[in-house]
Parts: sequence; structure tokens; C-alpha cells
Amino acid sequence: MAGPAGLVCPAGPAAQAEIVVTFFIRRTIGAALMLLVVSIATFLIFFGLPRLAGATPETFAARYLGRTADEHTQQLFAEKLGFYDPLWLQYWNWIKAIFVGTDYDYGTGIEHCAAPCFGYSFRTNHAVWDDLLDRLPVTVSLTVGASILWLVTGVAVGVLSALRKGSFFDRAAMTGALAGVSLPPYFTGLMFLYFFSYQFDLTAPGGTYVDFTDNPGEWAYSLILPWITLAMLNAAAYARFTRAGMLDTMGEDFIRTARAKGLHERVVVTKHGLRAALTPIITIFGLDVGLLLGGAILTESTFGLKGLGYLAIDAINKQDFPQIMGVTMFAAFFVVVANLIVDMLYAVVDPRVRLS
Amino acid sequence: MATRTDTSAPEGIKAPAKAIEGRSLGRIAWTRLKRDKAAMAGGITVILLILMAVFAPLIVGWLGHPPNEFHQDNSLLAAELGGLPRGDFLFFESSGISGDFLFGLEPQNGRDLFSEIVYGARVSLLIAFLATLVSVVIGSALGVIAGFFGGLADTVISFLMNVFLAFPLLLFAIALVGVLPDTAFGLSGNSLRIALLIFIIGFFNWPYIARIVRGQTLSLREREFVDAARSLGARGPYIIVKEMLPNLVAPILVYATLLIPTNILFEAALSFLGVGVQRQVVGEPGVTWGGLLSDAARNSVVHFMFFPGMAIFITVLAFNLFGDGLRDALDPKSKR
Repeated sequence: MAGPAGLVCPAGPAAQAEIVVTFFIRRTIGAALMLLVVSIATFLIFFGLPRLAGATPETFAARYLGRTADEHTQQLFAEKLGFYDPLWLQYWNWIKAIFVGTDYDYGTGIEHCAAPCFGYSFRTNHAVWDDLLDRLPVTVSLTVGASILWLVTGVAVGVLSALRKGSFFDRAAMTGALAGVSLPPYFTGLMFLYFFSYQFDLTAPGGTYVDFTDNPGEWAYSLILPWITLAMLNAAAYARFTRAGMLDTMGEDFIRTARAKGLHERVVVTKHGLRAALTPIITIFGLDVGLLLGGAILTESTFGLKGLGYLAIDAINKQDFPQIMGVTMFAAFFVVVANLIVDMLYAVVDPRVRLS
Repeated sequence: MATRTDTSAPEGIKAPAKAIEGRSLGRIAWTRLKRDKAAMAGGITVILLILMAVFAPLIVGWLGHPPNEFHQDNSLLAAELGGLPRGDFLFFESSGISGDFLFGLEPQNGRDLFSEIVYGARVSLLIAFLATLVSVVIGSALGVIAGFFGGLADTVISFLMNVFLAFPLLLFAIALVGVLPDTAFGLSGNSLRIALLIFIIGFFNWPYIARIVRGQTLSLREREFVDAARSLGARGPYIIVKEMLPNLVAPILVYATLLIPTNILFEAALSFLGVGVQRQVVGEPGVTWGGLLSDAARNSVVHFMFFPGMAIFITVLAFNLFGDGLRDALDPKSKR
């Protein structure tokens, strides 16, 4: 589609490059702005809202100290951790710590928290950043495997359905897809675990995860059910999108032109139809992958996979604020970056985007 | 006053080129909907589910046992407490399913699963419907403002929509529910939780409605009848309420219907993760399908997973079928 779309843009190559650069800069600023909004929202949820609901600096300090600490210690800690500061200053210090690190003065000595500093967990006293990096491989493994699976099956089913619109295959596939989007992943996941792992012993039980570097075979074996569970939900949605997109594009004039030129039907479908129909799918795909990299909460908690999503739920249940704020920002970062990459790829592929 | 020569039916979705026998678009849509068997099945299921939720106490009184009644003496249950034997994957042997307990018993405490499923519909549907209402109100208002006034309003609202659409929503919702206190705004316990869930779910989903409404408003704004109204001296608010809104009803209705199943899944997910409505031993039981599934996951007892899961699945599927059918019926461009 670069051909016909390229004709729309009257500018020469130099001017086009300039347009691309301005577009990229604009989008990058937009992404930074988005992260700023997310960080403010996160901060307000954890430090603004509880205040409205009646929390005091001392109760914040108590969260760090545990319930046994007396009032005096609480006040001392609230002072040290800056809970008496105005909200904007606390926000600023939080952001500053993320970019340049910070020093904690515990009275017994100064502890330095290096650059991406999200503070320390209430429970484990680990640096939140280390915990995040620790959990990342599980979530990445889950997301990468599942996303390949759902993209391939979803698009394939969608294309076949569109090409054989109204056929038995189409109706069966679309009924299946509608059922697929209506199935909650924790339900399918639990049923899969019960049958394939517990009853028939075909797959690994819940809670198992083997690192890829330890044993790739075991790694895949431990992840096969989570992959299928996560992929099923998305494959169904992608089949529906692809079918709708293909039906739209196959009705376009340029498809008729391609056919009129005498192109082979297979070339018409793959080179012209699919390429145009796939562009919006890739956008959604980028966003979905970004979203999942921040933690596939439901799948991870169903299968007891200790990834970022599991960490998030765990942290929330235990009211571990530094940790949950860290996960939220981490997740938002992935989403925003995925958004940015998709936008830029889009601009390269489809020149019309830059002009808007 | 704008004179609309065509039918009074929604124009947000383009009217068919030839009006056949002067039937209104609403009538045409209804005829199409009636012909769509899947959509009708979905619609009837939805109605039955609503009736089930409303008349839960009556149904449970007739076919089940009160949801907070424990039946620990049941001999079938005793077998289950010792661990489920492998090979019993058809689950009928150890679930306690009988004419007396239609869906069997909850393991360990022996509550009637049928009653819990019936009561679960109440929380699920209440939250899903009201949250959708919140989304529709916020989404339509902001969508119309962005589309109609354009300029700065559009830039700000569109940015907000992008922020919301690109958010780790589930994570935020969980964090928000987790951080809030047990008593606030003069409410406490489950009524506070239900109110919060309605607000949170509704608040996070408004961009889906706003995006549609904004797009529709943008194209409606350029239509002749709006020009006509403006040239007759009508002001912005009048045009929005009297000229635009009637044309936006159809798309809003369709996307609201499709948002309900999303919200049901959202609420079920939160309950599954343990941050939804909490179980009560006295009064309104506060059972949720997601909460039951989460208990089932801990127990690994298959009938206990199957029924709540199927309840979610059937409800969501019914709304999806009906919503899809409604969209096809109201959209003459649809190719199905």
C-alpha cells in the first residue's frame, strides 16, 4: 500500500524525512507526557487518596515500621521519609529518586539507593527495582510465547474466514471466536490445569516455572498451558478483527484494480489485501504485548507464575506500596513505549499517518 | 428548527438509500434483529438472567437452600474432604450433585452451589449495568464536547482518551480498590465496595464510548440539518441536545450493550483476584462468580470451578451475541 499512498504525499524525499523526524519528536514528547500523567495518577492513588480518606503521616510511617512501633518512632520515621512534606514535594522526591537515586538516612547509617530507585519493599526490604528485574523473565517468557501463538492462529483463522465468508468454516470459526472472547482466562486456565495436569498428567502442574537458560525444553513444558490459555483469549479477538479488516479491504477499489491487472488471486490476497488489513492489527498487537509485559495478571495468578502481575497482586494484598507503585510505573512504561514503537512503525509503513 | 425530510430514526448510522414502504429505521432494525437467531437467543438469555437476579430469593427458596446454610453432614461431601480421587474427572461422583443440590455442594463448608450461582448474578449484573451507565454518561458527554467544539477541548479530551486506553487498567483498578478504606462517604462494607467498583469500572471504560461518540459527532456536525439549525439561530447546547443526541442514541446503545460483557469480565476478574465484593455470612450474601472461582482454584475441585465459570461464560456470551446482533441490525452497512 506504500505505492498508492505514497502518491498522496507531494513533498520530495528531503521534506518527507523532515516530516518523519518532526512526527517522531512529537510522538516522543507525547509519550513522555503520558508517563508524567501516569506517574502523577499513581502517586495520587497511593499518597493523595489515603489522605482524603483520613490517613496521616504517622500511619504512612507505620506501614514501613509495622504495627508494633510506638508513636514517637512513627513520627521520627515520618519525618525522615518526608511524609510531613507537602504532596508536590513528596512527588518530586519520588520522581527524582527514579532518575538520580537517593540516600536513605536510617540514623544508623546512610544507605544509597541507585538510579532507578523505586524504594524498598515494606516486607522484604529488597530494592523494588531488583524485584522487578527478577520477575521480568517470567512475564517476558509468557508474553512472547503466547503472543506469537495468538497472532499466527488469530490472523490465519480471520483471513480464511473472510475469504470463505458464509461458509461452514467461517460460521464455525466465528462462533468459536465469540465463545473465545467470552471465556475468562482464569476459568479456561483452571480447567486446563485440572484436566491436562491433574487428571491426565500431560503438562506441568501450576506454579512451575523453569528458566529458559536452565533448560529450554522444561521451560516450554512449564509454560505450554499458560501460553495456550492466554493465546486463546487473544486469538479469538484477533480472528474477529482480521476477518472484519479483510472483508473491508477486499471490497476496496485497489483490490479490484489488482485483479483487473491480471494478478494471481494469491498475490492479490497476500500482497494487497492482507497487507492493508494487517496494519491496524499490528497496532493492537503492539499495545497488547506492551500491556502484557507489565504483567499478565490473570494468567499469572491462575497458574501461580511468579511474574510481574503476580508480584502486583501480592504487593496489593499486603499493602506494599513501594512495590505496587514500582510495578505500576514499570507496566505503564511498557505500554507507553509499545505505543511509541507502533506509532513510529506505522508512520514508516503508511505515509498518510504523518500528515495528520 | 431543522427540517429533516427523512425518517425520525437515527441517522448517525446512515439511513438506507431507499426507504422501503416508509418503514422507520427502528422498525427495520427490529425486523433484522428478529431474524437473527443467535442475537435473539442472546437477548432471551439476558432477560432470563436479569429475572434470575431480581427473583434470586424466590428461585433459591423454590429450588435450593439459603446461600448461607452449611450442609457439612452430607456424606458425599465427606469423601471430597479426603482429597479428590484421580480419574473422577467427570466430577459427578464426589460433587454432591443431586435433585436436592442441583449444582452440588461447595467443598469443606458445604454451601449450596446452585444458590450461590443464582445470588452471584445479582452482584455481577448490578455492577456491570451501573458501571456501563457511568461510562455512557461520562463518555457521551466528553465525546460530544470533543467532537462538537473541537480545538482545545478536543485536544485535551483526545489526549485523556489515549492515556486511559493505554493504561494498565486492571492493575490500576486493583491498586485503587486495595488502597481504599473500609468506611467512606457514609457507606461501609459491601455497599461501599459495590459503589466503588461501579465507579472505578465505569470510570476506566468511558473512553470506549467517548471515541465512538466523538467520531459520530464529528461527521454529524457537517450534516445539512445541523447547518440549517445553526442558520436559524440555534445555539450549541440546543443543537447538541435536540439535533445531535437523537442521532447518537443508536451507536451509544450498541456500544453500551457491548461494554456490559466487558464490565462483567472486569468485575469477575477483580473478584477472582480477591479485591471485589466480599463474602458475607449474614444478610445479602455478597457472593460473586469470580470469588467462587477463586475459592475453587484454592480447592482444585472441578465442579466448583465449572459452575461459576460457566455462569460467567454464558452471561458474557449472551450479552456479546445480543450486542453483535444489535450492531448488525442497526447498521445497514454491515455485510453479514
